[in-house]
Amino acid sequence: MLETLEAQYADALQALAASKSSEALAAWQSAWLGRRGAITASLRATGQLPQEARAAWGKRANEIRQLLTAAHGERAEAIRNAEMAQDLESGAIDVTLPGRRRQPGGLHPSTRILREFARIWGEMGFQVYRSRDVETDEFNFQYLNFPPHHPARDMQDSFYTTTPGVILRTHTSPGQIRAMRDLGANGTRPIRVILPGMCYRYEQITARSEVQFHQVEGLAVGRGIRMTDLKGTVAAFARRMFGENARVRYRASYFPFTEPSMEIDVECFLCDGSGCRVCKYSGWLEIAGSGMVHPVVLRNGGYDPALWSGFAFGMGPERSAMLRHDIHDIRYFWGNDLRFLEQF
Amino acid sequence: MLVPLSWLRDLVDVDVPAEWLAERLTLAGLEVAAINYLGVPQGAVEGVRWPPSDHLVWDRDKVLLGAIREVRAHPNADRLVLAMVDYGGEALEQCVTGASNLFGYKDAGPLDPPLWAPFAMEGAELWDGHSETPKRLRLKERALRGIPNRSMVCSEKELGLSDEHEGILLLEDDGSFRPGTPLQDVLGDVVFDIELTPNLARCFSILGVAREVAALLDKPLRVPAAKVLAEGPPIEGQAVIRIEEPAINPRFTLALLRDTQVGPSPWWLQQRLRLVGQRPINNIVDVTNYITFELGQPLHAFDFDKLLARADGAVPTITTRRAQPGETLTTLEGTQRKLEPHDIILLDSAGILSLGGVIGGADTEIDDNTHNVLLEAANWNPVNIRRTMQSQKVITDAGVRFSRGVHPAVAAQGVRRGIELMRRHGGGRVAAGIIDAYPLPPDPVRVTLPVAEIQRIMGVAFSAHAAAEILRRLEFKVNVEADRLEATVPQHRLDISAETVTGQADLIEELARIYGYDRIPDSMIDDELPPLHADMTLEHEELLRDLLATLGLRENISHRFSSPEREALLTPDDRPGYHSKPYVELLNPVAPEKRVLRHTLLTQLLDSAAANARWRETQQVFEIGQVYLPRADEELPQEPRRLALLMTGRRRLPNWQGAADAAQLDFFDLKGLLDRLLARFNVPGVVWSPGEHASLHPGRSAAIHSDDEVLGHAGELHPMVAQAFDLGDAPVLVAELDLERLLERSNWRSYPLQALPHTPPVYQDIALVLREEVPAADVEKVLRRAGGDLLQDLRLFDVYTGDPVPPGHKSLAFNLVYQTDARTLTDREVAKVHRKIVRAAESQLGATLRA
Ligand SMILES: [Zn+2]
Repeated sequence: MLETLEAQYADALQALAASKSSEALAAWQSAWLGRRGAITASLRATGQLPQEARAAWGKRANEIRQLLTAAHGERAEAIRNAEMAQDLESGAIDVTLPGRRRQPGGLHPSTRILREFARIWGEMGFQVYRSRDVETDEFNFQYLNFPPHHPARDMQDSFYTTTPGVILRTHTSPGQIRAMRDLGANGTRPIRVILPGMCYRYEQITARSEVQFHQVEGLAVGRGIRMTDLKGTVAAFARRMFGENARVRYRASYFPFTEPSMEIDVECFLCDGSGCRVCKYSGWLEIAGSGMVHPVVLRNGGYDPALWSGFAFGMGPERSAMLRHDIHDIRYFWGNDLRFLEQF
Repeated sequence: MLVPLSWLRDLVDVDVPAEWLAERLTLAGLEVAAINYLGVPQGAVEGVRWPPSDHLVWDRDKVLLGAIREVRAHPNADRLVLAMVDYGGEALEQCVTGASNLFGYKDAGPLDPPLWAPFAMEGAELWDGHSETPKRLRLKERALRGIPNRSMVCSEKELGLSDEHEGILLLEDDGSFRPGTPLQDVLGDVVFDIELTPNLARCFSILGVAREVAALLDKPLRVPAAKVLAEGPPIEGQAVIRIEEPAINPRFTLALLRDTQVGPSPWWLQQRLRLVGQRPINNIVDVTNYITFELGQPLHAFDFDKLLARADGAVPTITTRRAQPGETLTTLEGTQRKLEPHDIILLDSAGILSLGGVIGGADTEIDDNTHNVLLEAANWNPVNIRRTMQSQKVITDAGVRFSRGVHPAVAAQGVRRGIELMRRHGGGRVAAGIIDAYPLPPDPVRVTLPVAEIQRIMGVAFSAHAAAEILRRLEFKVNVEADRLEATVPQHRLDISAETVTGQADLIEELARIYGYDRIPDSMIDDELPPLHADMTLEHEELLRDLLATLGLRENISHRFSSPEREALLTPDDRPGYHSKPYVELLNPVAPEKRVLRHTLLTQLLDSAAANARWRETQQVFEIGQVYLPRADEELPQEPRRLALLMTGRRRLPNWQGAADAAQLDFFDLKGLLDRLLARFNVPGVVWSPGEHASLHPGRSAAIHSDDEVLGHAGELHPMVAQAFDLGDAPVLVAELDLERLLERSNWRSYPLQALPHTPPVYQDIALVLREEVPAADVEKVLRRAGGDLLQDLRLFDVYTGDPVPPGHKSLAFNLVYQTDARTLTDREVAKVHRKIVRAAESQLGATLRA
């Protein structure tokens, strides 16, 4: 009776020897040792045998199963090795074929620069304060010491709305008044904020001028804020933004809402100050307008200018991006051309 | 404003290089935008950079001051003469020239005094006088009609002074002329182009700039003389001034010159006017311009005889007042103007003479026959002048200065110096005295400045003495009393406030400017730190941006302007939509399609998508930003923020392995992305319901809810909208969400995580055949409810219709995951709950198990 088992064993070994691939081996495994395999069936058949034959049959069947399992293991390793060798030898691909392209997302360059500004100013304790786009003439001009018909209004061409006295903000400076009134607790608390936001000017849209642009205004108000602080703080910003060795220059200037006022230039980082097309051969790039907060503005914000002082500055993120990436056309920023955006 | 250094040097000693001075002025707030050179080389100054200039430099050895001692006839040509030029050499140089203004001296014998002219030797570089377009040439020896020639007497054009090429430039000897002097030293000049901010009205003249230079370099200022040689009878009674409203005309002065002769101005005066951008006209008009530029006080000259004629024998009486409705005036350049009440007019008994401070009238202007000149120097309210220039659309040198503000004290100085210069260059006799109506002299401004205040604002410790010294350089009168300065503002500036704190700030700015901003040290703020405040909306928004970028979307930022017509395209069939609500509308839009502020971000997203479609089949973008909604009860609109998304094109970018992955993006791509986003922000109770948004495909769009609130809409763009925006046939998926509401509903900060299970999961699949109209979400709900706590997860993996599923039915297949952390599930437990799920599906959904 055991001959049947032995014959099965011999057939299995022969079939194993004939299995030349992983697939064939898997089929062999299933045919002989699987749940419905021949050996498994033989083992199950033990129960149906006469009592006296059961022990020998069962023992041998188990032995055969173990032997075949071991043989399968050896065979499997041999095949794996052979297949690996085969793959290593002839499985080469053309690595110069293009890779599968991914579609990454990304942030707008203005957002990136705004964040960089916010991060650096944040390190110096300036927190973001956002303010509205559509403003009253009072907030945009009068509270900022631009009386009606003042020539300084010519510096900024406004968009007027059909509601009298309501305009689109021409700068983020009205946010100074709103921040002072909102955070100043009636002129009793110091303030250190930056005010990022979109501003609007009535201009023709050309490569050099746009009807809307971002500004980041900064404002520090306290009982002991001095012009030296303004210089030092902005210089620190410039070094963080443009490099440790960035040189900064201060020019007297005029803004109705600051006094003394100054323009801040940084040495051109494209030519190291030796003069190039971008800096118009001056060696300097204008980065910010700034000054000590005008007493009238402090007063309009709720502070007593005899006790409180402050500084303010304003800069343009689009201009920074243009300088950094050699962009010559400001219209790129709101054109949403993917060929532009995908470069960031 | 153009400022020739030669003119500036009349008023102040400049002993520094022009480039250094330009830099110093720039740092002090008088921004030198450009330096123009006339014949002299550009200087190189250590530490100062200016754009390189490629102007013509007059060679110091070859372009000289020449004295023409004799003019001889050319033996072979009538149109040429031989000028015998003394250029400081041993012999006279014979120079062949066609200069027409020498013909009159031909064969007149030796000239004494000689004619002085610019003279250029062989090898000198000059402009080509005969070329229409600017062209340089180098002088070479050549014969002219048989006479050898190696030099040239020069025209203005050849030197680059002007376009004048009729004859050569003849110069007037001021007593210092020596033959052979390099021309650079005679005519060479440097002209600054200075941009003045509105606070620097006082610098809108050569004298104004000279004042700054004097203060910056600490040099004395030479104020131009206002002494008049008045030999005529007094002006008293010759004319009368009546000022109706002193607030708009604080001062009016007049001087009178009789028996003068109108003719060309001397060359130097013409040259100065040209250097500041003016065209010389005649000696009378030129002087009015000269004084305008020199002192900043605009003048106006009347033909006195014309005034007398208009007065019909009476004493001419000039009245100044506001224009009345209906009044008109024809101004010098021939325009008839309708006047408004902010316009200030001068009028006499015969009518309106001029627009005060802006432009004169045609009837009383100076002409070639004028002999008697009545000269006006007045002062006007800047606001009126400004409004007149704006409403009349006329910009004049006088108006520009008055609109910025001229101190009324300058009027008397201007009228005196003007009448004297007219006398010198036109002859005649000046009437003694001036008429001076000065009803509203400004109060003297005095500011008290404690030294501590300088320290408080500037952060620099000044001694009272040092601060006083700087202010005195700016012509302030300063008394020092202990630790405070009592400063009186000089009679030429209007920019220092009499109000204490503002006046102090004004003075501190002056101190800082003259001291030099670059000398003020840097410090870091050591003031008290303000309380922290958080803008949570911004933090949310930034997180959202990052998430969207991570999910593969590009950020757009668009113009926030739109038009109702564009936004109406978002709604087919004239239904109400974005465009039906009131807009924030602009009075002065740059273009009709930018005349309102947007109600939606979609218009621009679709416009950009259509534009990008030319080079990108696949686009996935988002924008975050305000829309503008007017409020009935408030002046200012609401500015709520929106989030909009757009996806179109292929799920994967096509590659060389074929289109396996290149299926079109559809609704479920958008939904998957938004679900991921809402899940990341832990928005509770998210439900997608079939949507009702006019811009979207009615069958392939949804409203997104969070519990009872609608967050926004998402779906495939309505084909008619896609067509209206020139988008192609591929589905365009868009969504617009109310950002504030989304962020209010979200919780990205603190939310519980699921603990990691210790027990193995059991996976089972189930395929249900259901009626086609049963929504997948309902099926999921039933299965979940029936599965209870043991059904840990469930995922739809197949939707199938067609044989063998009966018509009107579909098969939905789910992966089910059974798991509980309490214990390892047994087969029986799993079988039990699985049966329960099947029964629930059968009874509640009419489902059958798919075989
Ligand atoms: Zn450069």
